[in-house]
Amino acid sequence: MLSRTAGNLYWLGRYVERADATSRLLGMGARMTLVPGASSRDDWQSVLDAAGVQRPETSVSGRPEALQALLLNPDSGSSIHSCMQLARFNGRAERTALTSAMWDALNDNWRRFDGMDYRAASRALPDHIDFAQRWAGAFRGAMDTTMLRNDRYGFIRLGSHVERAAMTLRLLEVKYLVLLPERDVIGGGRDLYQWTSLLLASSGLRAYHHLYKGDFAPWNIADLLALNRTFPRSVAFCLHEVNTTLAGLAEAYGQSHPCHEMSAALDTKLSTATMNDIFADGLFEWVSETLHDVLSLSNLIRDAYGF
Amino acid sequence: MGPPGAVRPPYELVAQWIEDTGMALLDLRAKEAEALFRRVGITFAVYGEGGDPERLIPFDLVPRVFGRSEWDRLDRGIRQRASALNAFLYDVYHRREFLRAGHMPEDLVLQNPAFLPQMIGFDPPARVYSHVVGIDLVRMGGDDFAVLEDNCRTPSGVSYMLENREIMMRMFPDLFSKGGIRPVDTYAEDLRRTLEDVAPPACKGQPLLAVLTPGPYNSAYYEHSFLADQIGAELIEARDLFVRDGRVWRRTTRGPQVVDVIYRRIDDDFLDPLTFRPDSLLGIPGLMHAYLSGGVTICSAPGSGIADDKAVYTYVPEMIRFYLGEEPILPNVQTYRLSDTDDCAYVLENLEHLVVKEVDGSGGYGMLIGPKATVQEREAYRKRIEADPAGFIAQPTLDLSTTPTLCGGAIGPRHVDFRPYCLVGKQIRLTPGGLTRVALREGSLVVNSSQGGGVKDTWVLTDDSLC
Repeated sequence: MLSRTAGNLYWLGRYVERADATSRLLGMGARMTLVPGASSRDDWQSVLDAAGVQRPETSVSGRPEALQALLLNPDSGSSIHSCMQLARFNGRAERTALTSAMWDALNDNWRRFDGMDYRAASRALPDHIDFAQRWAGAFRGAMDTTMLRNDRYGFIRLGSHVERAAMTLRLLEVKYLVLLPERDVIGGGRDLYQWTSLLLASSGLRAYHHLYKGDFAPWNIADLLALNRTFPRSVAFCLHEVNTTLAGLAEAYGQSHPCHEMSAALDTKLSTATMNDIFADGLFEWVSETLHDVLSLSNLIRDAYGF
Repeated sequence: MGPPGAVRPPYELVAQWIEDTGMALLDLRAKEAEALFRRVGITFAVYGEGGDPERLIPFDLVPRVFGRSEWDRLDRGIRQRASALNAFLYDVYHRREFLRAGHMPEDLVLQNPAFLPQMIGFDPPARVYSHVVGIDLVRMGGDDFAVLEDNCRTPSGVSYMLENREIMMRMFPDLFSKGGIRPVDTYAEDLRRTLEDVAPPACKGQPLLAVLTPGPYNSAYYEHSFLADQIGAELIEARDLFVRDGRVWRRTTRGPQVVDVIYRRIDDDFLDPLTFRPDSLLGIPGLMHAYLSGGVTICSAPGSGIADDKAVYTYVPEMIRFYLGEEPILPNVQTYRLSDTDDCAYVLENLEHLVVKEVDGSGGYGMLIGPKATVQEREAYRKRIEADPAGFIAQPTLDLSTTPTLCGGAIGPRHVDFRPYCLVGKQIRLTPGGLTRVALREGSLVVNSSQGGGVKDTWVLTDDSLC
């Protein structure tokens, strides 16, 4: 396969995933601001931080800026609009590598956000969020049911899991304060709404109740998002998928690269870690270090396959 | 169409079919066809004009039909012309016998921007320069066809020939079930063989073919990916390739792999920045060196574009006599060379009756259609001609033939032209069919897709009539 094809498929996977994750972040922001006292908190700013959008130097961003950056901006690579365009563009460049069902899914209503203004976006925000999730879901479903399990499949899958791991890690990075154990409280009490919105942003509210029962405990929430091996948005789950996919490619090509070594090491690290160790060393430090590792791994994957 | 009310024999089946199907159902089918095209992604891209950047070329359900004897003559004429054009290209880059014999002014070749001095003395594999020759034809009334222009560099549109037929077969299987319409799907196989015919000397085994595209933003990107798919070639961009040890390699997930034959759909200027445009970031550095030393074949050969020049076109009938010793089967449309002072004076006096074209123009841009232009437009164009007469040719407005076309719920006459695609490798291969373009606006003569033209399926019958 051409390296460029591999690159396009990898980024296709990343952009679909990013559109999906960004829609969850927007949902989290919209929900948090419904709680009394929202205006005094930097809820939208935290949403933008979690999406990795550069902070303006002087002002703190509110809802209009957040919707502009995460929904409407046609060029940023962060907004749902531009993620959809970029995913489709990458897919179109590899039109013949996709099944027609996948292409249909990418094509569905792809110009929905063209020229949309803030008012139209804000008025129907829940619809837009639903749409983005259905759009990403339709693509994944089509991929799951129609695509050959070959190297092409592998590169899309690599992209989507690298992106998902990074998104979850950024969410943890932004919200780590509310996940510190009680004794480490920085600056006073935390609200239930912070925990539930965090779980909503990662579609983990139900999963949490299934797995941990009882009251919310920040310890458990961190465990779900970081280490749980059954929760598909956890860092450990995503990196395990990345490792399995890379191992498959190494076998198919009969070639192994530095990315394989690093991915295997990361997978091991996450499967043996416990929340005790992580909190002992510092949650924030662990999250930052792992995020850094994921981005390095992404670069190694690109080096290995030449895109 | 011929005399009012009369159906020419090849169209009898179509007339019968339209009557049996009825306009209401035809209209419905037309909408279904459009949905199919959209779904398959058969679009051409128009960026920078606003609106939908991916547009459909309107597809007309009523086919254009050639009877057997009509086609047999066209077939001979097309092959003849494709051979002569390739012989001319070889000659231009070797002994220039045609020029020495005084058949054509030397400057027209040597001063032409499409002429590439780097190609002088080089023998491309099988001595073929233009491997896909697209010849634009019009019917002049009766059974007389004439050539409007030649496209030796990278004629586009062949994917429509194939897709239009697929859609027609899918929507109207009954029409095809009698077996009287010759298939066109041999084209892909023939193109593959043609490209394999011209593998470079360095290639020892099965040649690896690649289609070189400028990328997804190009208007014909769909066609590039379609063709790559059809002939089992890799669809590549310049940035996928590099040159090492006199050969061309593509970057793959398994490391570098060699490419033998490049069917390029980009212009000469963007092939190799070392040779053509040192300022360009596009292209593959060293490609020309690899080509000239036999490490790779480029199709069409760099420098083939000289045969597309509209002033050179006027000499093609003479080329046929000179190289092949035959009389041209397909004449040119009468053409005035504005480099000739008498012709130029005549044209300037008769602008309102003539079509004037830039010699290196294409796509229907930059031409003056005298009878349709305003006085101001004609005067503006006159100034351009006076500034550089040799940059233009003129042709009478043609009494182009029309064919029946579905428009606004009725069948009406619309002007058409026709582009067959002649493949030249170790032998010449011609698919019975081609691209029929139709000017969908009533009375319009411009069939280019960039200017509101549409396309039709083109049938070549196994007989002169199927009824």
